[in-house]
Amino acid sequence: MTEEKIYLYPVWVRLWHLFNAILCLTLIITGISMQFSNPKFPLIAFNVSVSIHNIVGILLCLNYLIFFLGNLGTRNGRYYKLIFPGLFSRLMAQFRYYTRGLFKGEPAPYPINSERKFNPLQQLTYVGSMYILVPVIMVTGWALMYPEVIPSRFLWTSGLHLTDLFHILAAFMVSLFMFIHVYFCTIGKTPFSNFKGMINGYHETH
Amino acid sequence: MVKKLNYRPAWVIFILILFAGIVFILSYSANSKADRTEAAIALKENKPEQKKDYSEHKHATENENCLKCHGQSKYSYENSESKKKNTKKMYTELIINREVFYESNHREFKCIDCHSEDYQTFPHQGNLRMEAKPNCLDCHGGDEKYAKFHFENIEKEFQESAHSEKHSEDFTCWMCHNPHAYKINARSNENIKKTIAYDNAICLNCHGNLSNYQLLTDKANPNLLTKHDWLPNQKLHFLSVRCVECHTKKINDSTLVAHKILPKKEAVRNCDQCHSTNSVLLASLYKYKIKEVRSTKGFFKGVIVNDSYVIGANRNYYLNVLSLIIVGFVILGIIIHAVIRTLN
Repeated sequence: MTEEKIYLYPVWVRLWHLFNAILCLTLIITGISMQFSNPKFPLIAFNVSVSIHNIVGILLCLNYLIFFLGNLGTRNGRYYKLIFPGLFSRLMAQFRYYTRGLFKGEPAPYPINSERKFNPLQQLTYVGSMYILVPVIMVTGWALMYPEVIPSRFLWTSGLHLTDLFHILAAFMVSLFMFIHVYFCTIGKTPFSNFKGMINGYHETH
Repeated sequence: MVKKLNYRPAWVIFILILFAGIVFILSYSANSKADRTEAAIALKENKPEQKKDYSEHKHATENENCLKCHGQSKYSYENSESKKKNTKKMYTELIINREVFYESNHREFKCIDCHSEDYQTFPHQGNLRMEAKPNCLDCHGGDEKYAKFHFENIEKEFQESAHSEKHSEDFTCWMCHNPHAYKINARSNENIKKTIAYDNAICLNCHGNLSNYQLLTDKANPNLLTKHDWLPNQKLHFLSVRCVECHTKKINDSTLVAHKILPKKEAVRNCDQCHSTNSVLLASLYKYKIKEVRSTKGFFKGVIVNDSYVIGANRNYYLNVLSLIIVGFVILGIIIHAVIRTLN
């Protein structure tokens, strides 16, 4: 395969991604600080964490709006289109590549090109994160910011308890995603080529 | 057609959010109605009395001799000189609401168990106004039957409170616990929000009511909303936390409600004191409720199902351990993968 650079990440995607990373990291750190608050060993003072978390949360929502509208209005949205027939076998093929083929130097089953920005596993996790987990976090986050709108009872328990449980569970999964996401970004032409791509916009094929 | 398929995830999520919003609004409107009803029940002492039959109560007939005048806003009598019927207004503070009294802790008593028998004649003698009113310990002190309520500890805590230190003996148990209305609450009320509303109404009876507040001072009562401006989500805090949780200090763990009301400067103001594992909230009402739910509904429901949720305080030990294990496995998986990649 010839080595080439594909312009895959337009400026708005790169800017959105950069803000998304900074905002998510800030939210995770302040969130952990509140969840494990301890007056003796505060990671960040509780009231400071609350303020930062609220402001950054609102900024994340605005940033999400850019992503949402950007995907509706530009060709970037097509990368997030899941094609369900044969999805499982494609996922398994990609999983097999990550757990075996990659170590043997086999070619990637779904190489990145201008029509396919994500491999099947990437696509599924990105769609899950951006169209399920992040909206859950945003809706529950707004509700927690205006807790008086949360029903005092919902189904079998306290509405506040349930809202917070969903908020934290979804946030926990996004945190796990970030670990895996950053590691998998090192699987490129070189360990840093994917990171460079998110700065200059070019994906280096290998 | 192809274009439509491209944007399917966005539209599905949009419709899901819309649907969740509709469910939420419907649920909210039903709940807010229930909340208003709860608040009304908690404050019904101030509502006009409904006509009801109280004859099933032990001393209802005898008490009616007093309540036929003291149970309503006006009373009538025949002037022995002019032989004319006179109707007068009853002073508000002398009106006993039958419904509230017959639901109160003291519902089994006759009026003259606590008040002088001389009140049975009308017009009442002038010197009866000087009658000493019994305080809680006059009846409840040193009685085995009431040992679980720890009245002696309550008395000790009260003696050290800001109320007692500022106003000495002028501040009696009656100021907060009207014996004609007081109903044991935290131990019997299953709904923690109702308990909170009931207990906070006791404080607001003076701190939110100028004429009652000025019984002991000439100063105007401070505006509670402005004084608590610093508190984020003020409304939620007022509905979910009792004033006494932050404004008291518990000397003895045996009393359910701390009675040592602190001077305002010593009140809890640090978020972490509630929003942490050693939350001061978990030392009183919330601790009692959590223990109650665990003993009556079992451990699982005690952990998962409860009304008393405080961010940062109600951490679930098992969920925390599970989340750390999952994070550990993810990091371990990444390390193993990276090592194999490097070796190949």
